[in-house]
Amino acid sequence: MMGPSAYLILSGILFAIGAIGVVARKNALIILMSVELMLNGVNVAFVAVGSYMGDPTGGIFAFMVMTVAAAEAAVGLSILIAIYRLKETIDITELSVLKW
Amino acid sequence: MTASPNLMSNILTILIFLPLAGAFVLFFLPKENGRAIKHFTLLVTLVEFVLSVPVLLNFDGATAAMQFTQKVPWIPQFGIGYNVGVDGISLWLLMLTTFIMPIAILSTYAAVEKHVKEFMIFMLLLEVGMVGVFLAIDLFLFYIFWELVLIPMYFLIGVWGGERRIYAAVKFFIYTFVGSVLMLVAILALYFYNYKVTGVYTTELSALYNLNIPVKMQFWMFLAFGLAFAFKVPMFPFHTWLPDAHVEAPTAGSVILAAVLLKMGTYGFLRLAMPLFPVATFDLMPFVTGLAVIGIIYGALVAMVQKDIKKLVAYSSVSHLGFVMLGLFALNLQGIEGGILQMINHGISTGALFLGVGIIYERSHTRQISDFGGIAKIVPLFTLTFMLVTFSSIGLPGLNGFVGEFLIMLGAFKTSPIAVVFAASGVIFAAVYMLWMCQRVLFGKLTNAHKLHLTDMNFREIAYMAPLVLFIFWIGVYPDPFLRKMDATVNAYVQQIHAKHQSALAASPAGETLLARYFDVRK
Amino acid sequence: MVSALSNIHEYLWLILAFPLAGVVLNGIIALVAERPLLLPADGHGHDDHGGHGDAHGGHHETPAYRKLVAFIAPGMIFAAFVVAVLSVLQLTRMPAEARTVVQTLFPWIQAGGLSVSVALQLDPLSSVMILVVTGVGFLIHVYSVGYMSHEPAFARFFFYLNLFMFSMLTLVLGSSYLLMFVGWEGVGLCSYLLIGFWYEKDSASTAGKKAFVVNRVGDFGFLLAMFLVFWNFGTLNYTDVMAKIPSLQHSGILTTGLATAITLLMFVGATGKSAQIPLYVWLPDAMEGPTPVSALIHAATMVTAGVYMVARSNALFMLAPFTMGTVAVIGAATAIFAASMGICQKDIKRVLAYSTVSQLGYMFLACGVGAFGAGIFHLMTHAFFKALLFLGSGSVIHAMSGEQDMMKMGSLRKHTPITFWTMFIGTLAIAGIPGLAGFFSKDEILWRAFSSDHGSPFLWAVAAVAAGTTAFYMFRLIFLTFFGASRMDKEVEKHVHESPFSMTIPLMVLAALSICGGWLGIPAALGGSNYFEKWLEPIFEGGHKAAEAATEAIGHGAMAHHDPMEFILMGASVAVALFGIAIAYYLYMVRPEKPAKIAEGNPNLYRLVYNKYFVDELYEWLIIRRIVDWSIWLWQMFDVQFIDAIVNGVAKTVRSAGDETRKIQTGVVGNYAFSILLGAVFIVGYLIWR
Repeated sequence: MMGPSAYLILSGILFAIGAIGVVARKNALIILMSVELMLNGVNVAFVAVGSYMGDPTGGIFAFMVMTVAAAEAAVGLSILIAIYRLKETIDITELSVLKW
Repeated sequence: MTASPNLMSNILTILIFLPLAGAFVLFFLPKENGRAIKHFTLLVTLVEFVLSVPVLLNFDGATAAMQFTQKVPWIPQFGIGYNVGVDGISLWLLMLTTFIMPIAILSTYAAVEKHVKEFMIFMLLLEVGMVGVFLAIDLFLFYIFWELVLIPMYFLIGVWGGERRIYAAVKFFIYTFVGSVLMLVAILALYFYNYKVTGVYTTELSALYNLNIPVKMQFWMFLAFGLAFAFKVPMFPFHTWLPDAHVEAPTAGSVILAAVLLKMGTYGFLRLAMPLFPVATFDLMPFVTGLAVIGIIYGALVAMVQKDIKKLVAYSSVSHLGFVMLGLFALNLQGIEGGILQMINHGISTGALFLGVGIIYERSHTRQISDFGGIAKIVPLFTLTFMLVTFSSIGLPGLNGFVGEFLIMLGAFKTSPIAVVFAASGVIFAAVYMLWMCQRVLFGKLTNAHKLHLTDMNFREIAYMAPLVLFIFWIGVYPDPFLRKMDATVNAYVQQIHAKHQSALAASPAGETLLARYFDVRK
Repeated sequence: MVSALSNIHEYLWLILAFPLAGVVLNGIIALVAERPLLLPADGHGHDDHGGHGDAHGGHHETPAYRKLVAFIAPGMIFAAFVVAVLSVLQLTRMPAEARTVVQTLFPWIQAGGLSVSVALQLDPLSSVMILVVTGVGFLIHVYSVGYMSHEPAFARFFFYLNLFMFSMLTLVLGSSYLLMFVGWEGVGLCSYLLIGFWYEKDSASTAGKKAFVVNRVGDFGFLLAMFLVFWNFGTLNYTDVMAKIPSLQHSGILTTGLATAITLLMFVGATGKSAQIPLYVWLPDAMEGPTPVSALIHAATMVTAGVYMVARSNALFMLAPFTMGTVAVIGAATAIFAASMGICQKDIKRVLAYSTVSQLGYMFLACGVGAFGAGIFHLMTHAFFKALLFLGSGSVIHAMSGEQDMMKMGSLRKHTPITFWTMFIGTLAIAGIPGLAGFFSKDEILWRAFSSDHGSPFLWAVAAVAAGTTAFYMFRLIFLTFFGASRMDKEVEKHVHESPFSMTIPLMVLAALSICGGWLGIPAALGGSNYFEKWLEPIFEGGHKAAEAATEAIGHGAMAHHDPMEFILMGASVAVALFGIAIAYYLYMVRPEKPAKIAEGNPNLYRLVYNKYFVDELYEWLIIRRIVDWSIWLWQMFDVQFIDAIVNGVAKTVRSAGDETRKIQTGVVGNYAFSILLGAVFIVGYLIWR
């Protein structure tokens, strides 16, 4: 049986795609989706390492992350809607009221 | 006075927390009724003063020990306790604080109109801090009260001050806070060193006094503590916050600042820096004395050329506090007793000077010396009072200032005669700047009468000046009761600090230079 | 009172208590009854008594409080005078060596080894002083009641005057240097208050301040002297200090150097209070005060405090030959220097002021040559005739409605005969005409300046020339004021009148004293017994003994009288005085146009002397301007531009650092996310690669 390295590489790729999306994109919706991608990349790693070690903790954490991600998506999306109603844009470069 | 034993055993705690309770009650009073708020605050401070009198009356002048002590564990894990007590050094400063507070409150009756409630709350909080500083005999508790004083004063200057109040308030805060932080570091170092040596965590002063701290450590700790106190005193060259703070502060703030807050610095030297680090104290004595003398002359010279009366008085404080420092660092009985007495004297005289400036400022809305002239004609009673206070500040024999200055210079002459030669010239300059100011303000032709709207002192103003005048005469003519209360404490203090210095000297190699002792610089 | 009379010394404190009671009572009256009257009706009145209080009339019914003051103030001083006389009488009945009475009242300052009580010491020296102070003081109080009768601030004046008496008596009666210092500063305060009594005149309040500050310069020396005395003697009480001198000499602590340091510092104090070179500048300006003040404070009593102090410390001074020399030289120099300045003055009071400075120089000359008794003797006679002259000049000014310029007087003899005759007696006395008080005391000084161990013919010559000059300018004053043609304004001349009895009676009493006062000390050479010197002997013999111990007794030349020489010198000094009078007569009576011509002939010299050698200007330029300039520099440059620049600079650095670093906060979420990521990468990288 091969080790978890293939899963981990997949996880790394998923995470990197997500991270690049978060940093590079301007649309807040895409960023939110990229965050989900990053979380799922971590989930893959959890599950893979968990099953390799024979430890259920990894799986438990994956479920944990999924619930948090769901909550996060719900809250994040509602914030986005609120922002859109207020500013009529979800372009983060234009949402810079916290600028010095 | 037959106070119940229960009251007397808790008296210091009551003194510390009564103003806090007063501030708490004020919180729930309607803010519309400024008059009632002022009356209530006055009542609280008066009760505070009345309660402090039994401390004085029951104080035993024959013992050097702390009296009316109270000890409650506070954060026992860290050895921090609520320890309060009073001895011959702090007794008069406590009395000065409780005495000057009602006077300061009374002076605000016409002066403070906006946010009366908040003003009074801050005043009472200030009193909590000041009384606490003088009564705390636990290092941590001392630090808490020390910092507590800072905040109300910051707001008093920053909210009720003059035009440049924000600048002055921030400057005051930052200056003192820099010092405080240094002190905090030194407190922690001392705390852990004590643990290392004794295996006990404690911040109790009486325990820390017994430490034999290595001389090198003493040096740095003395610098840290000393700097914190030197900022507060303020000693030359750390004095520049004082003129700004005084000029911008409301009259009551200036009075408290001059009368009590500055004394916290000199008291800190006396209570902490000197007895904790005696070797460093002795070694740095020429340095501190030198700064004190520079402060005396510098303050006097700069005061001489001021155009604003308040600023002049502020610089004169630099000069007077220089005398106090000179006395304390004479490290003998006369010098230290003179220093303590001069703290009280300066509190009374300079407090009264600021009150006087406040009286004419309230009417004329100017403090520029050149705007006045010849007002003696229209305000004779004010002139009489102000001249009396002036002469007390100059150090005229028969009035309070002389006794302190004489003892200080007499004491310091033993240890550093050259310094006294220069310091005594400050006495000449004091006469110059005060009398010159008086001449330009009070005497000569009455020029601006229509613009100034001056009227003589009213009953309220007489009422708060009279007690100050009484003490100006009392301390000047019969200082004996004041000196006798501190005798035992100061005597033991001087002996102890000398003994510790001697034993440390015996341990160090003969003929060791200071550079060698503190910086390992050897030829 | 019977028990009081049995031992009046137990009531010594009354001498202080009476004036103090006067201070309190007059203070209350001034505050309660007089203050409301002085407030301008419209709240900001204009100058309604510029110039001198006696310069304007206005007849109203005298208010009751003024009558009360007029009774209390002199009355209290008279009571003190009575007690003083009784005390001194009892002192005379005691054996000579036991004539030191100390009465301790209460402890004042005690700290460690320092223990100073409020205690009074009556001995021959202080007995002379209290008699002079209370006696002359009483006369001047009586005179003031008349002189100040038009002054609105009547009670305030007597409040100050009584305060002065209290301070002065503290000065002379105190039993320790510290108590002397209390009185010393106290009289300085009163001097300040009284010179600046007409505070609306800028020149008056400036002169008051100048007096106080210059005196403070002297006090600086006094203070340091006290510290030296305390740390070496362990006490500040006169009796203890004097008692310890032999043992300290023996143990090598009290060296000549130490004695010189102490006494020189004391002498600095004396030059301030007694207006000697270089600190004499305040006294002429002090004439801005009311004339009775000039008489009391700036002629008869306060300014002699320095002489009293030197005499009091004679035992220390005798140990310091260098100081003695300094005192003598300064005294002689002041005597002639001030006399020369008196020649050209036009203001009648200024002439007397310079004369006072000059006469004080004589007293110091006496002390400097070891003739302390002669110095105190001259102090006493000077108090009589100079008080007389000042009060006389006050009477003249009163008659002239406030005019002080002698060039606008003349021929007053006819209008004010009593003033003229009494002043004439005073002038004869100060000029040293035989038989009058000044002759005996001045001649004693001249003789001792010549003959004593510390003296020299040179000192004698200087003093003799000064005596001649004194005779000249005093007779110039008399001739200009009372003789010749009238140069008065017509308006003034109409109102010229002799002063009331309250003023002329003190003049007459003082005139009598100016004649007889010297008879107490007629020298042996003239067949007298010099009772005065014998009376003071117990005070001064200690000093001579100590000096002899220090110098291993060189000899006893000091007391040896060379009779023929004494007569020759006496004759010479009288001749010099007569010569001065003759010149004055020639210049101001025979050829009155001559002085102006001489002045025109030597314009520079005249300007120099008339402007008092520009010493005031020199001080102003050299010291005061420098200090003020330097202070302004310290304030504007050092305080504001250096210290505050550092403080504000630190603040500015922190602020600008914040200004720069806050730019990281772009507000763009992507940037934040990127930095989080970067941080994560760094941390992971560190964990992997470490």
